[in-house]
Amino acid sequence: MSIKRIGIVCPYSWDVPGGVRSHVADLALTLQSKGYEVSVLAPVEDPDTLPDYVFDGGRPIAVSYNGAVARLSFGVRATRRVRQWIREGNFDIVHIHEPVAPSSSLLTCWAARGPLVATWHSSHERSRMLSAGYYVAQTAMEKIRGRIAVSEAARETLVRHIGGDAVLIPNGVRVADFRDQESVSLEGTQKILFLGRIDEPRKGLEVLLRALPQVFSALDRCEVIVAGPGDQAEYQDLVDPSWGSRVNFVGAISDEEKRRTLRQVDLYVAPHIGGESFGIVLAEAMAAGTAVVASDLPAFDQVLQSGKSGKLFPVGDSEALGRSIIELLTDADQRQALVAAGNIRVMDFDWDHVVQDVIAVYEAVHTAGEKVKEDLRGQVVGRFAGRSPGLSEEQI
Amino acid sequence: MTLWMAFTAMFILFVAFFILYLGMTAGRIDRLHRRIDVALISLDSHLLRRSGVTLELASSGFLDPASSVLISEAAHAARLSTDLSSTQRDRAESELTSAINAVLDLEEVELIQSEVGGREILEECAAASRRVELSRRFLNDAVRACVQLRQQRSARWFHLAGHTPLPQTREIYDHVDISDRN
Repeated sequence: MSIKRIGIVCPYSWDVPGGVRSHVADLALTLQSKGYEVSVLAPVEDPDTLPDYVFDGGRPIAVSYNGAVARLSFGVRATRRVRQWIREGNFDIVHIHEPVAPSSSLLTCWAARGPLVATWHSSHERSRMLSAGYYVAQTAMEKIRGRIAVSEAARETLVRHIGGDAVLIPNGVRVADFRDQESVSLEGTQKILFLGRIDEPRKGLEVLLRALPQVFSALDRCEVIVAGPGDQAEYQDLVDPSWGSRVNFVGAISDEEKRRTLRQVDLYVAPHIGGESFGIVLAEAMAAGTAVVASDLPAFDQVLQSGKSGKLFPVGDSEALGRSIIELLTDADQRQALVAAGNIRVMDFDWDHVVQDVIAVYEAVHTAGEKVKEDLRGQVVGRFAGRSPGLSEEQI
Repeated sequence: MTLWMAFTAMFILFVAFFILYLGMTAGRIDRLHRRIDVALISLDSHLLRRSGVTLELASSGFLDPASSVLISEAAHAARLSTDLSSTQRDRAESELTSAINAVLDLEEVELIQSEVGGREILEECAAASRRVELSRRFLNDAVRACVQLRQQRSARWFHLAGHTPLPQTREIYDHVDISDRN
């Protein structure tokens, strides 16, 4: 095996939970368990609490980026950290996540050369892609040898705005992390879970709430947990005051809490009405050993193997959703059968499996004996940042 | 007089910027050429690896003699084609892919998997093929980016690509489908 040392770059602050960050952490841990030496470069707020595989990429600064406030690191100091990481890391492969993010990712694209791989996570709007800084960014982007997209939407953005193609490798789930959680089943009550932003209509909370009168009248010891950020006041009209604490809005929860909650509930409901490209959360529920009821969106249908490993109902049909919930909560055998099928199915989404595709990409772009090196050619700002004792620019 | 000086200064500035732009574009083209070279080396090594694994499969004794001969001839032809033009080579490699796909149908795959060591060799074959697919894809990506850049007017008029011949995409039918992944 010629690839041994792998560097991974995360553009967003390591201290703040988020999709890209947890993807990077999962990937790093999985690669480590396969025997690779992994170092992650990320902006870090508090260097004292870092796990040993993370390299401090500089203090992040909160700026508005891609429609949200993101904590990014940039500037001469950040560039110097990136260069130091590349120099000291002696990597065979550097894998950059979200390479257009103006943070450690873009800096790495720019400051490194050699076998570079990049993963696109989110979709961007066109206007920003064409902005003035983009000529420079594109130059840096042209060094990337292998491109990965985590979803069809991310791939679309890449194809349309930058050109070229990408290999689709979906997000993985660390199945073992979910199984490690202890399962405390609360005697007596049966719990249903909804996950996702409640102020986003496409997550379908409304569909679930409309199904509840029917469910509650049939099952009197059933409770619903609604977990996700957003204002619950919007659903005032749909929540019957007589339900009392049977519908419990718990607000945003951390990854850790999500795993625990998924393990505790009897049923996970995904009433989404559109816009889901993959449905990682279904895989997470299956990993936690929880039965799933989901709307029959193409993505969900595919994940649940047309109903084999989870129950499907027609998109937006509260009546059918109610019937499915009642059926599953009263029939423990059917629920167990779904959980068993889900346990098998979720292994397809396990990081252990997904990482094989990522490694295939690494091997496809790597030639024997190659290392990732600093790139100092033609980059004015980079030259200043790279000027450190003992390193002459001419040697590169 | 001042007006004349201002004009000259602006003209010089414009020329300077233009030269800088040309320099950067030449740098981009150069970088893409190098990326293509590396990608070609990588594709080459993965093709060799694939034909190697195929030969191993052919001599493993898991296959019937006819299938063995079929894929070993194809693999052999692919290995000999390294000296030929890339078009001829791509054809030989495509034929190897067809041969592998024709031999490894579902029934055959199940049969080989039931043998000791069969699963491993099939996995190796699938992995090698997957790497061929990926590296060809990445190569063609780089080629397309490069061709696009070289077709820009500035690149053509100022001959920024030097004497490097226009890179070509490699067209190989390389999708090997070994259906059972478990």
